[in-house]
Amino acid sequence: MTSDSNDIEFRSVAKRYGSVTAVSDISLGVPKGAFVALLGPSGCGKTTCLRMIGGFEQPSAGMVYIGGQPMNGVPAYRRPVNMVFQQYALFPHLDVEQNVAYGLKQMRPRIAAAEISRRAREALEMVRLAGFGKRRIHEMSGGQQQRVALARAIVNKPKVLLLDEPLAALDKKLRTAMQIELQSLQRELGITFMLVTHDQEEALSMSDLVCVMNAGRVVQIGPPQEIYDRPANLFVADFVGKTNRIAATIEPGANAVRLANGVGLAKPARANGTAGAAMVAFRPESISLVRDDTATLHGTVTHRIFLGSSVEYSVEVDGLGDFLVTADRRSLDESDLAEPGERIGLRFDPNAMHVFPA
Amino acid sequence: MRALVSSVYLFLYAPIALVVLFSFNAGRNASEFTGFSAAWYGKALSNTFLVSALQNSLMIAFTSATLAAVFGTMAALGMERLGPRMRAFFDALFAAAIVVPGVVIGIATLVALVAVFSFVNPALAMIWPGDHPPQLGLGYGSIIAAHGLFSMALVAMIVKARIASLGRDIVEASSDLYATPLTTFRLIVLPQILPSILAGFLLAFTFSFDDFIIAFFVAGSKTTLPIYVFASIRRGVTPEINAIATLVLVASLLLILTARVLMRETKSKSGE
Ligand SMILES: Nc1ncnc2c1ncn2[C@@H]1O[C@H](COP(=O)(O)OP(=O)(O)OP(=O)(O)O)[C@@H](O)[C@H]1O
Ligand SMILES: [Mg+2]
Repeated sequence: MTSDSNDIEFRSVAKRYGSVTAVSDISLGVPKGAFVALLGPSGCGKTTCLRMIGGFEQPSAGMVYIGGQPMNGVPAYRRPVNMVFQQYALFPHLDVEQNVAYGLKQMRPRIAAAEISRRAREALEMVRLAGFGKRRIHEMSGGQQQRVALARAIVNKPKVLLLDEPLAALDKKLRTAMQIELQSLQRELGITFMLVTHDQEEALSMSDLVCVMNAGRVVQIGPPQEIYDRPANLFVADFVGKTNRIAATIEPGANAVRLANGVGLAKPARANGTAGAAMVAFRPESISLVRDDTATLHGTVTHRIFLGSSVEYSVEVDGLGDFLVTADRRSLDESDLAEPGERIGLRFDPNAMHVFPA
Repeated sequence: MRALVSSVYLFLYAPIALVVLFSFNAGRNASEFTGFSAAWYGKALSNTFLVSALQNSLMIAFTSATLAAVFGTMAALGMERLGPRMRAFFDALFAAAIVVPGVVIGIATLVALVAVFSFVNPALAMIWPGDHPPQLGLGYGSIIAAHGLFSMALVAMIVKARIASLGRDIVEASSDLYATPLTTFRLIVLPQILPSILAGFLLAFTFSFDDFIIAFFVAGSKTTLPIYVFASIRRGVTPEINAIATLVLVASLLLILTARVLMRETKSKSGE
């Protein structure tokens, strides 16, 4: 049963290229109107997933549904989705407006020419390129080309807009601007957006739903905050945000975790895990540096990086190695930053600790 | 080193320069320049044998280049769909066709055609209802076939390079925007490979127009311009021959330059 409220649904989808398995057994549903980010390291199968939705690849096993309709065997030109390609893939021999109008011209029944050019201009306005319609593609800057590609896709009002790392080629400032534009565009249009990225900040900041992938599988899917606060496993904890990981043992019977250097901590209530070897992870911002006896661990500051609103410390913790600690400026007395070489205490709430099987 | 390079260029171009120079010779002696005159051009163009040989050459070049452009483009497009191993195989075949010496192509085509004729003509005679069955033989058709086959490889190589530089992105983008494969070909692929097809056509035309060796083998009783020139040289080199050679040279240079410009244009367009 496919739920009608899902715009995209994968059921046990796998894709193999010869002996290479790009995607293995993925099942997921993306609700209508969601902004979902596919996040994962290079080669984990993000593009492959997108291309199976776009119709450029057919799954080796399983079913892909768009708007409740099975899509296996349906060619790309009959699918109600549009894609923004990583390298834009604009048509170099057509001008900007002809590029944007291309999809509308192919629609059957035919749309009147006047209506096509009105809608193309409207789409160009939406991406703030009004007046650029008669330009050649090579007369546009990278960021402008990016927006032409976006206009060319949204002008067709697809059910789903697929974006394959659309911002990767832009510089940081332009990227931030485009991120905001994409978000407001999505709200305005109410279209489901599926964005591939390997930038975790981008995924967390833009989407309502993050789908973390690794080695051809979906490792965790959920709202950004959930992904960050409750990573399903060590891979997610590492990949999304920064973490300090420590080898530890879960004590049999006792409700405690013993770190590799012998320090014992209370096991957080939500952490399950049977007795035995484990991995413990802390976010850098869940640790604070203290000079009093409330500290759980002790160490020596090795580096300090001033980031403006916060300060990042590298601390060599006794018996555990390097820790990354982020201190919010507001919680610190400005004149009272820890100095490299200083002995310092580390304090943290055991409930902020993530425990994973080793 | 510089002297060596200069002498190489001298050996290469001095004879050609002499041919051009002597085509304007007023006298009829080919080794003594006695003054400028365009008389030999007039003489050449009023020579009916020569003009008909020229017409034959143009017709053969146009037909074979057209066939080569059409089938070479089709071959290049078809090769896109092959697996990597088959593609490498056909790549090698095309490259081989281009490096095989003209003599070998000439002999091979001749042998093949004669074999086919000796087979087909009696068969035709048997099934032909009338008294005078058509006889297949060497002639225009065989020259066109031989030239067309060779230049098809040339066109395929040129067009294939252009297709490769297109990338699959824009083809996919077109199909993503609801265009059927045929529409994608018409609106996206063809406009972008057209200059390279034209370049291939011009090179094929030039090749056929200039070719002596292959045509000599398979022409039968027909005469092309190079064959006519070869035959008339036996009666001595006259400034008329020089005038013809100069005309052919200029025409070939123009065609090849145009082809190069077309290829450069497609390259710089895709290089963005
Ligand atoms: N056409 C293909 N033929 C063979 N293997 C392929 C093909 N396309 C992708 N793969 C393989 O499938 C795997 C997943 O590729 P995919 O392009 O989906 O990764 P990705 O997550 O998009 O990576 P990136 O972030 O680098 O773009 C990779 O191991 C890749 O080498
Ligand atoms: Mg990718």
